[in-house]
Amino acid sequence: MPPKLLELDRVSFAYPKPAGRRAFALSDVSLEVGAGEIVGVIGPNSSGKTTLIRLLTRVLEPASGEIRLDGASVRRLERTELARRVGVVPQSAPAECPFNVGELVLMGRYPHGPGRYFESRQDHAAARAAMEATGVLEFADLPLDHLSGGERQRAFIARALAQEPRLLVLDEPTAHLDLRYQVEVASLLRRLHRERGIAILLVSHDLNLAGEVCDRLMLLAGGRAAATGSPEVVLEESLLSSVFGCDVVVDKGEPGRRPLVRLTWRA
Amino acid sequence: MSPAKRLALVLAVLAAALLVTGAVALFVGSAAISPRAVLNALAGRAAPESVERVVTLSIRLPRILVAVLAGGALAVAGVAFQALTRNPLAEPSVLGVTSGAAFGVVIGQSVGLGWTFLEAAGLTAFAFAGALLAAGLVYLIAAIGRELSIQTLLLAGVIVGIFFSAAITVIISLLDLNRLGGVIHWLLGNLAPIPPRALAVFTLCAAVGFWLVARRARELNLMALGEETALLLGVGAERLKLTIFVGAALLTASVVAFAGPIGFVGLIVPHALRMLLGSDNRLLVPASLVGGGIFLLLADTLARNVVAPAELSVGVITSLCGAPFFVYLLRTRYRANL
Repeated sequence: MPPKLLELDRVSFAYPKPAGRRAFALSDVSLEVGAGEIVGVIGPNSSGKTTLIRLLTRVLEPASGEIRLDGASVRRLERTELARRVGVVPQSAPAECPFNVGELVLMGRYPHGPGRYFESRQDHAAARAAMEATGVLEFADLPLDHLSGGERQRAFIARALAQEPRLLVLDEPTAHLDLRYQVEVASLLRRLHRERGIAILLVSHDLNLAGEVCDRLMLLAGGRAAATGSPEVVLEESLLSSVFGCDVVVDKGEPGRRPLVRLTWRA
Repeated sequence: MSPAKRLALVLAVLAAALLVTGAVALFVGSAAISPRAVLNALAGRAAPESVERVVTLSIRLPRILVAVLAGGALAVAGVAFQALTRNPLAEPSVLGVTSGAAFGVVIGQSVGLGWTFLEAAGLTAFAFAGALLAAGLVYLIAAIGRELSIQTLLLAGVIVGIFFSAAITVIISLLDLNRLGGVIHWLLGNLAPIPPRALAVFTLCAAVGFWLVARRARELNLMALGEETALLLGVGAERLKLTIFVGAALLTASVVAFAGPIGFVGLIVPHALRMLLGSDNRLLVPASLVGGGIFLLLADTLARNVVAPAELSVGVITSLCGAPFFVYLLRTRYRANL
C-alpha cells in the first residue's frame, strides 16, 4: 500500500506553561489523510485543533510521535519543500495588510522560487489560476482592506492554492463570516476538491460545515481524539453532548444526507 | 507592466531627478562662483589653487557625494526597520538606534580615531556596536512575549535615545575643550566633506548594509503577513530578522560615523515613496536608496544656502520636516492602529 499523503503517528505536544495561562496540548493523536480526501478536525475551543496544524506545518515540533508527508518525516523536509506540498489558510489575517489581492496571491509562489527577486511567468500564471478558481480575479488590483470578509477569505484561499499544494489546510475558515459566506466557502471547498483533486484538512468548530464537506472527521477533546470516522459515526448525540458540554440533537435525516447538529435550548 | 520593468522605470526617473538635484547643488552655494567657472573646474580647466577649483572639487562635490550616500543609507534603514518591526513609524532616529551609534562614535573619537582608512573603519565599528546595543535594548524593553506593540516600541526607542544622548553629553564633558567644537558640529548632523579614504569606508559599509536588506526584500513582503504565515511559506523568519537587523544597523552606523546623527530621513522618504509606489519592498528598497539621496541632498543644499553666508546643519532641516511629518502620520494614517 502506498504511504498516505499525511500521517500523524501518535503525536504528543505540550506548550511550555507560561504563568497564568492554560497549557494547551495534544496527546497521542493519530490521523491519516489520503490523497484527494477531505478530512475534518472538529472539537471545542482549546481542544488542540490549531496546535495540530502548527505541528504538521513544523511551526512546532512534536514532543513525541512522528508526522509524515508521503511517508517522509516532515522534520527532514526543507521549509520551502513543505510549503510546496502543504498550503495553509490561517485563521486570522493580519489586521493591516498593505498589499492588493494580486500581490498577496503571488506571495504563495515564494516556495517555488525562493531565490528569485521577482516572480516568473509561471508564477503569474499559477496565481491567476488560483484567483480564477476562488473567484477573486476581478479584485486582483484592489487593496485587501477594500474587500468584504468573505472576499478576503477567498483571497487567502487563493494564496494557499497558488502554492499548488497537494494538501490544503484551513483553520476555522468560516469563523468570522456571515451565514452567506459560510455557505460560499463550503461550496468553494467542495468545488476545489472536485476540480483539482486536492486533499483538504478542515479544522473547524462548525460541526455542520465539517459534517457537510468532509469524508471523515476526527473529534478532538482536551487534546485527545475522542472519535474518528465518517460524519455519521462521529456526529453522535451523546458523544457531542459530553465533549461540548451542552445538549445537542442530531438529525440523521434521510439515508444519503449528512447528519445535522442542532443545539437544544432549555428555558 | 511587469514589476521588473516598473522598477527599472522608477529607478530611471529617480536617477534623473538625482542628477538634476546634484547639478543644482553643484552650482549654488555661499561662495559666489559663476556657473561657467564651475564648469571650468569640472572640466579640469581651472588653475590648481583657484577658488572655483577648490570650492567645486574639494568642497561641493565631496559634500554632494556624502549627502547622497547618507540619505540613501538612512532611507533604506528606515524601510528595513519598518518591515522588521511591522511598525510604520519605526525609523533609526525614532528607535534610538541613531543615538546608540552616535554614542559609539563619540567613544571612538575619544580614544583618538581619525580619518585614515583603518581608523575610519574602526570608527564605523564603534558606531555599529553602539547601534546594535541600542537596537537590542529597545527590543528587550519592548518585546512582550512575541509581540512588539507599536506604542511600546516607539516609547522604548525614545527612552533609549534619551539615555544615549545623556551618555554622549557625559563623555563630551570629559573631553578637552579644543576638541569640543568639532564634536558639537558633528552631533547636529553635519555633512562636511570627508577625506576620500573615509568616503571609501562609508561607501563600502553602506553597500554591504544595502545588499543585506535588498536581497531579502521579497521575504520582507511575506513578513508583513505575520511571522507564522511567512514561516508557512518557507521563510526562515529568525534568520531573516537577524540579517535585516544587522543590515539596518550597519546602514545607520555608517551614516552616523561620517555625517552625524541625522534624523527622520528613514521616515519621510519611505512613506513618500509608499504613497507613490505601494508597499512592495522590492520596489521600495531600491527606490529609497535613490530617493533618500535626493531628499538629503535637497535638505543639505537648503542648509547651505538658506542663512548664507552662515550654514545650518542638515540634521536641523530634516528634523524640522520630520517631526511634523511624524505627527501627521500618527494623527491620520495610523490613528486606528494605535
